[in-house]
Amino acid sequence: MVDVVSSQSTKFGGRKQKLLIEAGIVGAIAILLIFIMPAILVGAGQAFRVNLLGRYLALAIAALGIDLIWGFTGILSLGHGIFFALGGYSLAMFLSLQLPSGQLPDFFSPYGVTELPFFWQPFYSLPFTLFAIVFIPTIVAAILGYLVFRNRLRGVYFSILTQAALIVFFNFFNGQQKLINGTNGLKTDTATIFGQTVSSPQVQTVFYTLTVLLLVGGYALSRWLTSGRSGRLLVAVRDDETRMRFSGYDPTLFKVLVFAISAGLAGIAGALYTAQSGIITPQAMNIAFSIEMVIWVAVGGRATIVGAILGTLIVNFAKSILSEQFPQIWYFFQGALFLIVVTVLPGGILGWLRDDGVRWVRSQVNKRRPLQTYPSLEEDPDVQYERKNLANRKPDR
Amino acid sequence: MLSGLVDGIFSGISLGSVLLLAALGLAIVFGLMGVINMAHGELIMLGAYTTFLVQNALKNTPLFGIYIFVALIAAFIVTAIFGLILERGVIRHLYGRPLETLLATWGVSLILQQFVRSVSWQLVAIVAVFCVLFFGAMTIVARRTDFERIRGWFLAVMLPLSAVSAIAVGNVLGATYKLAFTKEWFGARNVDVTAPRWLRGGLPVAGTQFSYARIFIIVLTIACVVGVYWFLNNTPWGLRIRSVTQNRTMSACLGIPTKKVDALTFALGSGLAGLAGCAVSLLGSVGPNTGQNYIVDTFMVVVVGGVGKLAGSILAALAIGTANYLIGSNTLVDLTAPIQPLSDVFAFFSTISMAKVLVFALIIAFLQFRPGGLFPQKGRTVDA
Repeated sequence: MVDVVSSQSTKFGGRKQKLLIEAGIVGAIAILLIFIMPAILVGAGQAFRVNLLGRYLALAIAALGIDLIWGFTGILSLGHGIFFALGGYSLAMFLSLQLPSGQLPDFFSPYGVTELPFFWQPFYSLPFTLFAIVFIPTIVAAILGYLVFRNRLRGVYFSILTQAALIVFFNFFNGQQKLINGTNGLKTDTATIFGQTVSSPQVQTVFYTLTVLLLVGGYALSRWLTSGRSGRLLVAVRDDETRMRFSGYDPTLFKVLVFAISAGLAGIAGALYTAQSGIITPQAMNIAFSIEMVIWVAVGGRATIVGAILGTLIVNFAKSILSEQFPQIWYFFQGALFLIVVTVLPGGILGWLRDDGVRWVRSQVNKRRPLQTYPSLEEDPDVQYERKNLANRKPDR
Repeated sequence: MLSGLVDGIFSGISLGSVLLLAALGLAIVFGLMGVINMAHGELIMLGAYTTFLVQNALKNTPLFGIYIFVALIAAFIVTAIFGLILERGVIRHLYGRPLETLLATWGVSLILQQFVRSVSWQLVAIVAVFCVLFFGAMTIVARRTDFERIRGWFLAVMLPLSAVSAIAVGNVLGATYKLAFTKEWFGARNVDVTAPRWLRGGLPVAGTQFSYARIFIIVLTIACVVGVYWFLNNTPWGLRIRSVTQNRTMSACLGIPTKKVDALTFALGSGLAGLAGCAVSLLGSVGPNTGQNYIVDTFMVVVVGGVGKLAGSILAALAIGTANYLIGSNTLVDLTAPIQPLSDVFAFFSTISMAKVLVFALIIAFLQFRPGGLFPQKGRTVDA
């Protein structure tokens, strides 16, 4: 028994060590992304790819949210574009208001608007904007999620309801010229922040660095949420919600919570993306974009947090390269990607590496895999004891 | 006032009947398999393009007056066959994983949209050569008893080989026949279907006009609903479909071939989408994105209607269509003019796109009282 306790404690120590190693790796990658990657890309004459990388890293934050809700909790939201756009619009409204006092943003004049709509007023303040970027999407998601989950609507129902909500928000933003410039969206690249133009290299570098740091933060948040007890609860919702309800948990609460958190991540992603792309339009809320977010996660690997980030970068760079070369092929390719990932590669790239990749490589070099016994036997102290002490004993008979 | 109301109700019903026609197939499939087919909108689009092709083919023949009926049959057959291929090729493998099916069918819908944009004889030739080579080789090799063992190698060799040779054949043919061969059939722009002469114009009723095309669509919808209802209730296969919808495991135990029922239902649902496409082509021009305009509304019909009965879909489609029209046009603003605040609210929502905002809010409110839709399936095994 003493042995068991001590092995437990070494396991614990091992976990801490593993965490430290992981933190080290993440930190190293972050430093690589912030300091070395831009230099390499600029050196290779691909300076515009730095901006692309920054945008895709921002998208990766949204993918983390999708991974939380779809990969771990098994809820397919097709409406994350709403939250992405809400975050983006919040920042864009703040940036549009960086004007001499009493002046209205330019785009209002063609529509004959002389007074700032009331909901623009708070966006004069930076703290409120920062609050709004995270919490407006969170609150919207919480309300929508509560109204749907409360009635135990789930699965496909939830997916198509979020999609309908997406269309509704799209129509609203697209149609209200006088309130938020409708279909033209809000341009941010000519706005100024702290006396600097947003599209200037210095500000863009700041936003790029901020994106990397927030991505690391999002990674840490996701890791924290999905490890331990809360992580098991999320997976329980995915695998057997009824049983979880009968064990005395309230799935509605957890589902609303995780939906709201993932919406907050999407909001941050939207703000950072807008800052780096220079414009936010209602097109951020078209149907295709929200489903694409799911495919990033699916390509990288469901329920693996690194997979979400990796998948986002791979798919988006593939998109930017392929659609530069052959714009027609891209749609065929994307459609095929959906089909392949769902049918052949359900675990994504990381899932394949984890489950089959090692075996496949072994089988190719013709090495047999060591025979496995049941893991419980490997860990059972009694079995270990018997193996150690009774193995060489002669049978009594 | 009265003519406005009559006109509003007529237009609402006609909008609802298009919705119903589009949602009917979706609802049957969803009830049976729990699968939402994101490519349903693209099947509608395929039906519309088939109508366009039939119209062009019959342009200078005596049959042109009734080409719409030929087109209806052709659209049904084309989309039903496509649905069958889709079910056999993709959806069958994803049974029991509705969310994955949703993503996979979205992939199919992307491919179909782009296919319509860039389809040419060249592309058709490439696809045909690829299919002949790949599936031909597969049928030959699959006779070997150790096929499962070499499947990986077979795919790794044959997939790129057939793809490369298909593209090579396509390019050689394209270089020989030039533009006649590589020209896109439709391109990215919209195509127009002209209604036959007897469908133009309208029937004057109570100071307003009922367009014949819309009356035709309403009649078509009624015919389809009656036909589906008769099929489900009076034929052996209809009985099987209903029983699998109610309890799949039990039906399988009693010897009903559920796989065949699935395939048949999916083909039927897709065929109905084709008919809807035919109807849609009468209302306006048709483009690669036509299907996208309909999917969300048809999904809402399925959600509101519930999966238990056809009546749910019918009521839901009519209600959503009428609500959309009444709110989107100015009808309600005029009606509530005496009550100023109410009419202001309706005035704010009185465009087609803003009407959807209010209708969605109403749907969410409705689901608070009836989460399972209008006619939910009852029973202890139901796990919606």
